[in-house]
Amino acid sequence: MSTYDPIREFNTIRREFEQLFNAFNPVAARTAFLPSLSARAYPSLNIQDTRDDYVVEALAPGLDASKLDITVQNNKLTIRGEKVSPAENLKPEDWHRNERATGRFLRSFNLPTPVDADRVSAEYKNGILRITLPKREEAKPRQIAVSIA
Amino acid sequence: MPETTVQNTNHEVVESTPQSVAVQEETRRHENVVSPAVDIYEVPNALIVKADLPGLRTEDISVNVEQNVLTISGKSPRQEAEYTYREFEIPGYYRQFKLGEKIDQNNIQAEYTNGVLTLHLAFAESAKPRQIKVNVG
Repeated sequence: MSTYDPIREFNTIRREFEQLFNAFNPVAARTAFLPSLSARAYPSLNIQDTRDDYVVEALAPGLDASKLDITVQNNKLTIRGEKVSPAENLKPEDWHRNERATGRFLRSFNLPTPVDADRVSAEYKNGILRITLPKREEAKPRQIAVSIA
Repeated sequence: MPETTVQNTNHEVVESTPQSVAVQEETRRHENVVSPAVDIYEVPNALIVKADLPGLRTEDISVNVEQNVLTISGKSPRQEAEYTYREFEIPGYYRQFKLGEKIDQNNIQAEYTNGVLTLHLAFAESAKPRQIKVNVG
C-alpha cells in the first residue's frame, strides 16, 4: 500500500478520461479538443507492449542522437535531449520563418512492470526515437499448463 | 520573427495556394495531412528551408516545383503496430510556398536526415550582387 497522493489520483482520472475519448475518436482526442498535459509534453510517445519487451517510440525530429540521454531507473524511463537551432549565429534579418521549436526537453514515463535496465537499446531513425526495454523474467506473461486429472 | 523581414526582401518565400497549380483543398483531402513546421533562412547565395517530416521513408517524400510554387508533401506510412498507449501517429504532410524570382528553380537540392527535410534553394546568378568597375575616362 502506498501513501495517498492526490496529484497521482488526479492524473489517473485524467488518463482514464483521455482513454475514454481516445476509444471513441482517436483523432479528435489528440488534437485541439481537450488538450491535456500529455498533449503538451515533448516528445510525444507511443508504447507497444509485446510479450517480451516494451517498445517506446518518441516523435522527435532533428535531434543529435549522440547528445540524447536515456536512463532507466526503477522502471522509470527518462529521455533528455536538446533540439538546437539550425543556424545559431544568423542575423535576425536573415530569418524568413522560424516555426520549428528549439530547446532542451525532458520526459519521463513509468513502466508498469520491471524492465531489465542493462539490456535496454535505442535507435534513432527518420526522426523517431525507438527504445526497446526488455521485461524482466518475472514480469513476462507465463503460460500455465492445465493438467488433466 | 518580424513579418516585415519577409516583405522587405525581393526573394521572399510566401506561402500560397494559387489557382493555376494543383492544390489540395482543405475540405477535399482524402487523407489527414499536416502542415509541417518550417524554418526558412538565408545563407550567402541561397535560401534554406527546413521542414520537420518525422517518420517517413525517403521514397514517400516528394518535393516539386511547378509555376513558381514549391510543394512539399509526404505520404503517411502504413502503421500496423498495435499500441497500448498512443499519443501520435505519422500523418501525411503537405505544404506549399510561392518562390520569388531570385530563386534558381533548376538548382534546388533536397536532403532528408533525422526526420528533417532540408532544401537548398540557390539564388539565380542574376540575383547575386555584382560589382561594377568604374573606368577612369
